[in-house]
Amino acid sequence: MSLEQFKNRNVGSQTYKMIESEPTPESGMGRFGQVVKRTFKGELFVGLYVTMREMINALFIGEMHTVKYPLEKLPISPRYRAIHDMLRLLESGHYRCIGCGLCEKICISDCIKMDTRYDENQRKEVSEYTINFGRCIFCGYCAEVCPELAIVHGGRYENASEQRAGFSLFEDMLTPIDALKDQKEFDGFGAVTPNADNAIKKTPLAY
Amino acid sequence: MSNEITIKIDGIEYKTQEGEYILNAARANDIFIPAICYLTRCSPTLACRICLVEADGKRVYACNAKVKDGMEVTTSTEEILEERRAIMEVYDVNHPLQCGVCDQSGECELQNYTLELGVDSQSYMIPDTKREATDWSSVLHYDPGLCIVCERCTTVCKDMIGDAAIKTGPRGGTALDKGLKDTMPKDAYAMWNKLQKSVIVPSNGTGQTDCSDCGECVAVCPVGALVSRDFVYTTNAWDLKRIPATCAHCSSGCQIYYETKPTSIEDSSEKIYRVTNEWNYVSLCGAGRFGYDFENRVEGKDSEAFGSAVAALKKAETIRFNSVISNEEALMLQTFKEKRGVKLVNQDAYAFQKFLKAYSRPAGKLLYGSDFKEVMKSDFVISVGSALRNDNPNARYAFNNVQKMNKGAGLYFHPVGDTLVPTFGKNVECFAHKPGLEEAALYLILDLFAKKEDLPEKVVSYLDGFHSKGRKTIKERVMESITETVVDKETGNAKEVTKKVPKMVEKEVEVENNALVTLLGGSDSFADTFEKMMKKKERFSLIVGEDLYFHPKAENLAALLAMIESTCGMEVVMVPPKTNSLGVALICDLDESPAGYTVGYNEPGDFVLSALGDGDLDMPAMNQQEGTLTNMNKQVTPTNAALEYHGYELNDLMSAVGLGRHLTVDWTPALAEKRGFQAFAFDDLPNGYSNSGEEQRGYALKNPGKRAGNNMPQAFDEDMALDGEIAYRCNPQRQFNDFSDKAHQIFETFALYASPERAEALGEKVEVDFGSGTLACSVVADERMEGDIVKIPDFKSSKDIYTLFGRDRYKNVTIRKV
Ligand code: SF4
Ligand code: SF4
Ligand code: SF4
Ligand code: SF4
Ligand code: SF4
Ligand code: FES
Repeated sequence: MSLEQFKNRNVGSQTYKMIESEPTPESGMGRFGQVVKRTFKGELFVGLYVTMREMINALFIGEMHTVKYPLEKLPISPRYRAIHDMLRLLESGHYRCIGCGLCEKICISDCIKMDTRYDENQRKEVSEYTINFGRCIFCGYCAEVCPELAIVHGGRYENASEQRAGFSLFEDMLTPIDALKDQKEFDGFGAVTPNADNAIKKTPLAY
Repeated sequence: MSNEITIKIDGIEYKTQEGEYILNAARANDIFIPAICYLTRCSPTLACRICLVEADGKRVYACNAKVKDGMEVTTSTEEILEERRAIMEVYDVNHPLQCGVCDQSGECELQNYTLELGVDSQSYMIPDTKREATDWSSVLHYDPGLCIVCERCTTVCKDMIGDAAIKTGPRGGTALDKGLKDTMPKDAYAMWNKLQKSVIVPSNGTGQTDCSDCGECVAVCPVGALVSRDFVYTTNAWDLKRIPATCAHCSSGCQIYYETKPTSIEDSSEKIYRVTNEWNYVSLCGAGRFGYDFENRVEGKDSEAFGSAVAALKKAETIRFNSVISNEEALMLQTFKEKRGVKLVNQDAYAFQKFLKAYSRPAGKLLYGSDFKEVMKSDFVISVGSALRNDNPNARYAFNNVQKMNKGAGLYFHPVGDTLVPTFGKNVECFAHKPGLEEAALYLILDLFAKKEDLPEKVVSYLDGFHSKGRKTIKERVMESITETVVDKETGNAKEVTKKVPKMVEKEVEVENNALVTLLGGSDSFADTFEKMMKKKERFSLIVGEDLYFHPKAENLAALLAMIESTCGMEVVMVPPKTNSLGVALICDLDESPAGYTVGYNEPGDFVLSALGDGDLDMPAMNQQEGTLTNMNKQVTPTNAALEYHGYELNDLMSAVGLGRHLTVDWTPALAEKRGFQAFAFDDLPNGYSNSGEEQRGYALKNPGKRAGNNMPQAFDEDMALDGEIAYRCNPQRQFNDFSDKAHQIFETFALYASPERAEALGEKVEVDFGSGTLACSVVADERMEGDIVKIPDFKSSKDIYTLFGRDRYKNVTIRKV
């Protein structure tokens, strides 16, 4: 970074619009004159008019500038760290989690717990999985460490609850199988970097 | 043997012992040399070749090259590093990328060395071979996909355990491209060539191992290829808490780690997931490794039951207990006896205590002279009166290890035929003598090994009485010269040709007959065999077991042992019958039989204190309490509580009668009031091994000597030999007591065990009549038994087997089919 950028202290001079204001009166008479002028200028009614206009636009014409929360929600950045999602493999629909336990280990507030077992197909099955969102600090370590891109942060950020502890089970976070086609990859912590392919050396395979 | 020499490793001088391998010398001095396939205490297999170093300018394998005085060792050069990197690359070829689920979870040597040597790319490839995971037995799970064929499992099974139940078998993989031989580092090529041809298979040709199920192969496996079936995919190693402890199943008292973690998400109480060990220095058996979940889970303190227990103790006339008990608890009971005058009855330790006393007088010392660490260093080992395979696994490992590692020889005296012991080595002779003739066996040892000039004259002439000169016809192969007349066809000349042809002739030779050998069922050619066995032997050791303590002539046997120690140049090691029999024998003043109102501690009684959860008041099991145990190596070792216990302990009961201390372990230093023990605080006792394999566990019992008493053993009585139908009190492998039985991975049932032929003849169920009582049980064939004697286990205290057998271990019985 060149020092030029630091030397230009006209912050925002390109995009900000400067308000043209009258010079501040110096004398007592001048100040009195300014008060009288402002009082009778009718600016008050301009303000009232704007309010009325917006109200009419919003109520009768349907042009609203605020978000009708909770009926509407703002889209959030893909890197936002909200309540976790458990993703599925797109091809088979099987959950991605392999039960490696890394998220459980790395979790800084120790709120992930999991049980695993050897299943009938000789695979490691996640038989039980919980996150205590009362303790989770949404640091994103779990999503970053997950080697399978299985646990990620989703978009649900409303965490208010009546109790201190709030447990989510694996099924609560797992992409519903019928919504698989809408499953989005996570771009935040732990996601594959765009140049990942160039960064690895390929292992030779003989078949 | 142990001459101290100096070697230089990477330019720095170190002291080490002559005859040591370079690798062990380096390890003892905290120097790291990579090594995968080598196991301390087993023979080097040279499977991995990664331990390559330079010694005096030559490339050698650190695990099988011995140090020489003044040797200069370089642990790595650029060339060696290249070789090692290539080896690791080869190991990584086609290795499944499943570290994420693998049970080795971060404890993997393949991972470690791959990272250590900085392997970040792969230069080799070969088509993969399909290899499927299988279960070898009720406890073993093998995934050949992960196996790197380091052969540690097969080595430990053969050299230490003695089963040799697994071996390398064909992999069916594509052959290596011969061209690689010239292009890749040569050790890496040699290693790959072998690796590509093998996987591990059960040696009996079936898919199932037929072995002792000790799980030692699982312990030594450097990768996740061998895992116990119960453990597969249940947890990660890093989640487990390791609690150093002492196994409480048998008198070997092995050092173990209980590894615990909460049971599940719903149940947060701690659970033992597995037992691990320092496999380079101690080998476990199946009971120790898999029989760990015998804890007594109680909800809380049951004060009502406690009240009745205190009342019961107050009116008790006898306390009956067994040796699955800590030294501290034994001391509590002894203190109680001293204050209250109750009888202390412990059937396994009583006989042992008497035997020790009988030995101690003529031997002039409190305890036997040797231990199993010494046995392992000997090259001639004899076992008398111990069912080697069942009584104490580590006694058997030592017997086997001597054969394999020290080019040793062994004599095994035991009435119950065993098919495994003879396979330990080609120099093992078994004497399946009649029960009752153990004295003759000890006399034979005196005859074979004693320096005659040290023996009392009476004994010499007694022994001479067994020798006689006889004549025997033997068949011998001789070369005979035959002269034939051959006529040459062309010339017609007759010619005499002399040829030598072999011929069997009968010849009469003079032989020395030894009536002791014949009496003990030895073969006629024993004298020759023995001569061969004795070649180049320097260190001798003698293992004796429970048969001697429960022998009607136990005192005479003890006297004979003392005589053997003083005249044969070998020291004796005794196998205490049960877990802490030695500790109990030293601490408690035991009585022979119970009388009056009896409080049983893990034993039957009018009021029962039980760590099994089936008594009148709950007690903590050995994995829930701290304390010390005395093992057969005369070592007092600490054990810690792996699992929580919420109920009352024996110390609480003692407090209620005014004898308690603040904590159970406050009794540990007080042990010093008993002979042999020392005043160490429990928290000061170490429990581990050093890098050089030195055992740092608790403290060694003192073995104070005094003047040896007069010793004149009596002659033995041939008529003592038992004939007819005989039952032998002996547990199946992996089964030692109610606690091993409670564990869910120990399946051996309480039944009559017999050789396959005998079992078939007996049918499914029998009733055994001891004269004093009967026992109904099913019949199980033990493939490794031979002969007609049957085994009746004593691991269930509720069956009161000791009482049925009385003062004997062998008993004439009547067996009826039902
Ligand atoms: S976001 Fe952080 S605190 Fe929350 S579960 Fe993941 S690792 Fe734990
Ligand atoms: S880190 Fe990912 S794959 Fe591993 S257990 Fe957690 S969610 Fe599953
Ligand atoms: S054996 Fe080691 S390298 Fe292989 S999958 Fe398991 S942890 Fe990974
Ligand atoms: S199973 Fe384990 S110990 Fe045995 S050869 Fe394979 S990797 Fe080595
Ligand atoms: S039962 Fe005996 S040999 Fe087996 S692990 Fe325990 S102490 Fe060691
Ligand atoms: S450790 Fe020496 S060859 Fe493997």
